[in-house]
Amino acid sequence: MKQTSMRTPLRRVRGLGTAHTGTHHFWHQRVTSVAGIPLCIALIVIVIALLGRSHAAVVQILGSPIVAITMLLFIINIVYHMWIGMQEIIVDYVHEDKLKLATLLANTFFCFGIAFASTFAILKLSFGV
Amino acid sequence: MAEIQAGSTTGPRRARPLSPHLQVYKLMLTFVMSGFHRISGAVLYFGMVLIAWWLIAAASGPNAYSYFEWFMGTLIGRLVLFGYTWALLHHMLGGIRHLIWDLGYGFEPTEREFLALATIVGSVSLTLVVWVIGYLAMGGPR
Repeated sequence: MKQTSMRTPLRRVRGLGTAHTGTHHFWHQRVTSVAGIPLCIALIVIVIALLGRSHAAVVQILGSPIVAITMLLFIINIVYHMWIGMQEIIVDYVHEDKLKLATLLANTFFCFGIAFASTFAILKLSFGV
Repeated sequence: MAEIQAGSTTGPRRARPLSPHLQVYKLMLTFVMSGFHRISGAVLYFGMVLIAWWLIAAASGPNAYSYFEWFMGTLIGRLVLFGYTWALLHHMLGGIRHLIWDLGYGFEPTEREFLALATIVGSVSLTLVVWVIGYLAMGGPR
């Protein structure tokens, strides 16, 4: 075979390429899915417990340490999971370069927006003001 | 090598036969559940706006929270919440199915069919159970 690439055969066989990575999204998606099971069950329990309660009661319960910590873990875990998931959907279906770039950026901005807004709200409920 | 033959109509870069796409396959439950998993994930993605709205409304004060409560109490709000509950439980069960596969189990034809059926039957039943508990917690439908 004529050598036309600067890369050595060994480098190609190792397979990581210039990105030096490949499977960390796959693994992180599994980690966040396992963590997501108890956290989603906890969310359902919290929502049912708050149904029909007054605003004052909702604030008190959502702001209590155990509930607030659970909600923070839920938000961070789920946002990371959905960030990876939507990126996977985008790269599967969007093939035009600029549109792909735009949707990937929108995905990142949306996820960070949801994460920061929700986190701020939970912290405000916990610490008052 | 591919790099030096770009643009050629006879080299490795010529039009190649494509693999068959979705529409040539028989519609099977495992295939439908695979699609449902992705669709429910996308629904939950946009549904996170509701969770964020809920938390921000609670943190903002009684007025903002009463507006959120009013919306969730409308027929559309309840339908959205019902759909969100189903999507969440379906994605959770579908995810557990994937974790079972990741561990190397459940690949036999009967096992695959069972897992697909368990996902849809389980998600619908669990959604109804959660809503019954929810209404009971509120002291009956209102």
